[in-house]
Amino acid sequence: MNKKVKQILTTNEIIVVYIIIALCILIGIVNPVFLGMSTAITLSRAMLITLIFAICEMVVIISGGIDVSFPAVACIAMYSTIRFVIAFGIESPIFAYGMVALIGLAFGALNAYLIAKIKLPPLIATLGVSSVANGATLAFLGTKEISNIPEKMDALSKVFLISYTNSQGITYQLTALILIPVSMIIVAYYVLKYTMLGRGIYAIGGDKNAARIAGFNVTRIQFIVYMSSGLFAGIGGLTYTILMRQASPQSLMGSEMMVIAAVVVGGTRITGGHGTVIGTILGVLLIAIVQNNLIMLGIPTHFQTFVVGLIIVIGTSITSLRAKKIANSAKV
Amino acid sequence: MCMADTFLKLDHVKKYFGGVKALKGVSLEVKCGEIHCLAGENGCGKSTLIKVISGAHNATEGEIYIEGKRIDKLTPIDSIRMGIQVIYQDFAVFPNLSVAENIAMNHALMTGAKKMKWKEARELALHAMEQIGAHMDPDILVERLSVANKQMVAICRAIINDAKLLILDEPTTALTANEVEKLNIIIRNLKEKGMAIVIVNHKLDEIYRIADRLTILRNGENVATGMIEEFDRARFVKCLTGHEVADDIYRPEYFEEEIVKVENLTKKGAFENVNFTLRKGDVLGITGLLGSGRGEIGDALFGLAPAETGTITLNGKKIEIRSVQDAMKYKIGYVPEDRLTQGLFMDRSICQNTVAASIGRYMEKTGLDHKKMKEVTWQWIKTIGCAASSSEAMMRTLSGGNAQKMVIAKWLNTEPSLLILNGPTVGVDVGSKADIHTILHELAKKGIGIMIISDDLNELIHNCNKLIIMKNGQTSGIIETGDMSEAELTGLLNSGM
Ligand SMILES: Nc1ncnc2c1ncn2[C@@H]1O[C@H](COP(=O)(O)OP(=O)(O)OP(=O)(O)O)[C@@H](O)[C@H]1O
Ligand SMILES: [Mg+2]
Repeated sequence: MNKKVKQILTTNEIIVVYIIIALCILIGIVNPVFLGMSTAITLSRAMLITLIFAICEMVVIISGGIDVSFPAVACIAMYSTIRFVIAFGIESPIFAYGMVALIGLAFGALNAYLIAKIKLPPLIATLGVSSVANGATLAFLGTKEISNIPEKMDALSKVFLISYTNSQGITYQLTALILIPVSMIIVAYYVLKYTMLGRGIYAIGGDKNAARIAGFNVTRIQFIVYMSSGLFAGIGGLTYTILMRQASPQSLMGSEMMVIAAVVVGGTRITGGHGTVIGTILGVLLIAIVQNNLIMLGIPTHFQTFVVGLIIVIGTSITSLRAKKIANSAKV
Repeated sequence: MCMADTFLKLDHVKKYFGGVKALKGVSLEVKCGEIHCLAGENGCGKSTLIKVISGAHNATEGEIYIEGKRIDKLTPIDSIRMGIQVIYQDFAVFPNLSVAENIAMNHALMTGAKKMKWKEARELALHAMEQIGAHMDPDILVERLSVANKQMVAICRAIINDAKLLILDEPTTALTANEVEKLNIIIRNLKEKGMAIVIVNHKLDEIYRIADRLTILRNGENVATGMIEEFDRARFVKCLTGHEVADDIYRPEYFEEEIVKVENLTKKGAFENVNFTLRKGDVLGITGLLGSGRGEIGDALFGLAPAETGTITLNGKKIEIRSVQDAMKYKIGYVPEDRLTQGLFMDRSICQNTVAASIGRYMEKTGLDHKKMKEVTWQWIKTIGCAASSSEAMMRTLSGGNAQKMVIAKWLNTEPSLLILNGPTVGVDVGSKADIHTILHELAKKGIGIMIISDDLNELIHNCNKLIIMKNGQTSGIIETGDMSEAELTGLLNSGM
C-alpha cells in the first residue's frame, strides 16, 4: 500500500502540480493579488485556445503520432470561412462553425491518409500538410487582416459566464467560449478512459503491430484521431478569431511548439502510448502561468521565453528519464 | 471447446513476400486435444505459417479449413472469433497498458464491445490468472514485467476467449528451466480441457517432453509429420536439417597462456569476489539460476554496468573497464541476452547491422567503403548460415533465428580478443547451432577468449571445458566439465554446492 501511495505521489501529474504550487506561492508572496479570482479568470482565458489544441495534440501523440499542421489548418479554415461569410453576408455563427469544422476535417483526413495509407512518418506528413495549408492561405486568400467580423459572431465574444469586479473596480469576465475546451476535456476524458476507441488509441501508441494483431482497426483509429485533430483545429482557429475580434491569416502560426511542449510537460510521452487529460490541463496551466505571470516576479519579458524553454527542456527530460528508469528497473 | 475432431486443416498453403517464397505449399492438420509441435530450421517458414493461420498474413495460394469449413479470407479478427489464439515470439502485449487491460483487451475486441469496463476487465484478469496459477498485480503496467510474466499475460489473454486452438511461437526461448516446467504444466492442463495446441520450438529435449505429434518444415515445405514416438533423435535431426549433425563435445588441449584473468571482481548487489582464469583454448561457461549474477558478470566485463572493485587482466595487460567504450577499445565483444532490443537496428539493412560494431574499419578518406562492407556481410551470411537473400535486405525481414545469427556475426566481425556471449544460440536451429559452436571453438584455439553465459546445460556441457556456477552473486564452484553429464550438472546447480 505504502508503495502505491509513493507511486501516486511521484506520477508526472503530481510533479507538475508541485511545480505549479511552488510557482503560485512564489508569485503570491511577491504579489498577493495573484492568488485570487482575477488570476483564475485571466488564466482561463489565456489557456482557452491552447487547451483546444493541446487536447487534440495529446490524443495524436498518445496514438504514436504527432501533428504539427494544426496552426496552419486552423488559419486556413478560419480565414477562408471569415472571408466567405463576409462575402456572402452570412451572419450565423453556427454556419461559420460548421464550415471551419468541415475544412478542418478535410485537412485532418488528408493527414490521416498520408499517415495511415501512404505510411509517411507523421512528422513529415503533417509538416507537408502544414506548408500546403499555409501556402494556400497566403496564395489564394491574401494576407489582409480582417476586423469587420460579422456582428452575430462578434457578439459571441461578449457572452460571459462569470463577472468579477475587484476592489480597484476592474472587472474580470470569463467568456462563455471556455465551454468549448471544457466540453472537449470531458469528452476526451470519457472517450480515452471508458471506450474501446480510446483504449485503442493507447494500444496503437504502445505497439501498433500488437494492436493490429489483437484486432484493432489501426487505420480507422488513425483516421479518427487525425480527423478530430483537424476538426478541432478549425474550431480553435475560429474561436481564436472571435476572441481577438479580428482575423489574420498567420496569427496562429508557430504556436505548435508551445502546444506540444505543454502536452509533453504534462506527462505525455512523445514516443506514444502514455498521457492523460488531467496531465495535459496541468501542462497548459503551467505554461500559461509562466507566460502570463512571471512578470510579477520581476522577470523581464524577454527572459520569459528563456524560462519557458527551460521548462520544456526540464519537463520533457523528467518524462523521458522516468521512462528510461522504468525500462532499466528490475522487472517483477 | 474444440468440437470437430480436426480443428484446423491447411492444404498447400503458399506465401510469397515479393520474390521470397516463405511457404511453398504447406499442408497441416491439427486435431482437438493434441499438442502439435512444429519444427524446422531458421527461416523455413514456421512463423510465417502461424501468421497465415492467425490472419496476420494473407496466404498467396492454398486452402484453409477451420472445423471442416472452408475459409476464403481470414482476417485477424475472424481468426480470433473462430477460437484461434496466437502467442507470438515477442508476445505482442501492450507495454503501456496494465496487466488487467492487456488480458481483457482481446475479449472486449472479440465481443465487439464499445465500452471499456474496468471492473469487469480486472475480474476477468484475476480469473484467468487463477486458472493458470499466475500471480501478478493486475494494475501494474506490463513494461515493468519480466519476460516470463509477460508471457503469462499473453497466455491469460489467449485463454479467456474460450480459445479452441492455442499457438505458441518459441515460447521457451527466454524462460528458465523452472519456468519452462511451469509452462508445460499449464499447456498440458489446457490440452486436457480439449484445446488444440501448436508449439514452435527449436529445443529437441523440450519437444520430446511435451509433443503428441510433430510436423517438420524445411524451406517452406513440410517434410515429415507423425506421432512423436515415430521420431527418434537421429531421424528428427535428419528431417530437420537434411543431413546428420555430429554431436561432438569440445575438450581442447591444455595451454599455459592466460588470456583473461579476473580477480576479486565485485559489484555490490550483483556479484562478489569473482575469480577465474581463461587460458588459450578455453571456452568458459558461466551459469546459474536467474538472479544468480551470471548475466551481470557479462554486463560488467563489457562496461554496461561496470564492476566496482577487482582487477581484469587481458592478454597479460591490466585493464580497467568503466564504460562500453573502454570495453570496445580493448576489443571485447558482447552478444547481449535481449537481442531484440539491445543488439539490432530492425529497420536497417543486414549489412549496416553487421558492420555496426566495426564501422571504423571501413572508413576511407573518401567516405565509407560500401563495396567492402557488402562483401564482408555476404561472407558472414554464408559462413554463419543465415537464410538471407541479400546483404541489403531489411533486418526485420529475417526470421528470429537468422537475426540472432547476424548478431553473433556482427561481433565476430570486430575480431575481438574476448567475446562474451549471453545465451548465444537462443532460437537458433540445431544445425546452425552446431555451426556457430564450431566457429567459436576455432576462435578459442586461436587464442581468443570465449565466454558463454547460459542456462542451456546441454549447450554448456558440449561447448565449455570449464564452468563457473554462480549462486546468489557468489561463485559457488569452478569445474572442468570433463565427461560430466547433463543430469550431474543439473544436480550441481540445484544443490547447495
Ligand atoms: N515481411 C517479410 N518480408 C520478406 N521476407 C520475409 C518477411 N517475413 C519473413 N520473410 C522470410 O520468410 C522466410 C520464413 O521466415 P519465418 O519467420 O517464417 O521463419 P521461421 O521458420 O519462423 O524461422 P525462425 O526459426 O528463425 O524463427 C525467411 O526467409 C524470411 O526471411
Ligand atoms: Mg520464427
